[in-house]
Amino acid sequence: MNGPHDLGGQHGLGPIAPEKDEPYFHAEWEKRALGITLSCGAFGAWTIDESRHARESLPPATYLAASYYEIWTRALETLLKRHGFVTQAELDAGHMLEKGREPKRLLKADMVAGVLAKGGPCDRAIDTPPRFVVGERVRTKNFNPETHTRLPRYARAKVGVVEAVQGSFVFPDDNAHGQGENPQWVYTVVFDGGEIWGEGADPSLAVSIDASESYLEHV
Amino acid sequence: MSKHHRGHDDGHGHHHHANQFTDMEARVKALETVLTEKGLIDPAAIDAIVETYETKIGPRNGARVVAKTWSDPDFADWLKRDATAAIASLGFTGRQGEHMRAVFNTPDTHNLIVCTLCSCYPWAVLGLPPVWYKAPPYRSRAVIDPRGVLAEFGLELPGAKKIRVWDSTAELRYLVVPERPEGTAGLDEEALAALVTRDSMIGTGLALSPEAAR
Repeated sequence: MNGPHDLGGQHGLGPIAPEKDEPYFHAEWEKRALGITLSCGAFGAWTIDESRHARESLPPATYLAASYYEIWTRALETLLKRHGFVTQAELDAGHMLEKGREPKRLLKADMVAGVLAKGGPCDRAIDTPPRFVVGERVRTKNFNPETHTRLPRYARAKVGVVEAVQGSFVFPDDNAHGQGENPQWVYTVVFDGGEIWGEGADPSLAVSIDASESYLEHV
Repeated sequence: MSKHHRGHDDGHGHHHHANQFTDMEARVKALETVLTEKGLIDPAAIDAIVETYETKIGPRNGARVVAKTWSDPDFADWLKRDATAAIASLGFTGRQGEHMRAVFNTPDTHNLIVCTLCSCYPWAVLGLPPVWYKAPPYRSRAVIDPRGVLAEFGLELPGAKKIRVWDSTAELRYLVVPERPEGTAGLDEEALAALVTRDSMIGTGLALSPEAAR
């Protein structure tokens, strides 16, 4: 979707203002937001791709004004409601009002170290060979799906070079919407700055993306 | 640090206000209460997650990877070929480090990592990302004006140096191996690791000289 999250190349969003000796958290609620988000992710009721789509589906004005832990929290509320674990009335009341759905798995304290150390690999073996080879010039698709995609707007309909075939991975555009993992080859595709930004582009710049195979076409 | 202070709540054009944080405190409290009453979360698990990222998983992990890369050509070669396995051999695995790639700064090319679409970051080696990495200014500008971005970090690169920006749009997570500073020939891995800053492994900084690290 062409949402507020697709930020590459936008102007006017202000200085970066890195904070010296920045702490990991700026408030207690951020710690809880991190832990709650990871704990609920462990239910196994939704995928990382569905989570990302819930975040980018926040209203643009909300998204751009929110800190990242606020984005996570708001998206988590959406996911918990969508999957029947809590109701809006419960969030409004701040208490349980009815019994909801039971998750497949609950994250207990003694499981945390193992779960974090394992992570959630999303490489998947596939039988088909890669359609593109290293060194090949490719064009990215021009499309504007209203659904989830990981092809940023700035890199659509651009010609670049395949630099690496990175393996086969879950296809987020389908997986975010419960349409299966449908794994595809993923390629690192590098573009000259001028191809992407045109007139006035930094001549020393090259930008790469990691692109699922169906984002690419032969030139 | 006071809980009301934020690096990007500093009048530089962001829109965070003290009452917004109070709102979020109440919102997260309500969420945690509902989920706890339903038996869906274990508050002790949340404490364990927070403790992990406050004390165990952070940029010192990545600094060890870089120091070993500088010291051990066989390890450097392994890191180039299979970063996930090489990094795992040092004990750094798991969430947001499942599929690692290392990119090496050279005299010709400087590498910079961003996630324009969300906040993808190599947690297993760098820990939780800083606020600026996840915020719109960095995400919007890193791909179009990297030199302007680097200047904000106090880094001016020679005009002839190429800049390669890696947008983390899939599940690969990138670690920059900065150039080894001069005057470090006799240093062991521990002393070298002390020169490796978090920002040098994102590409918004360079490794420190031994003098600067003192």
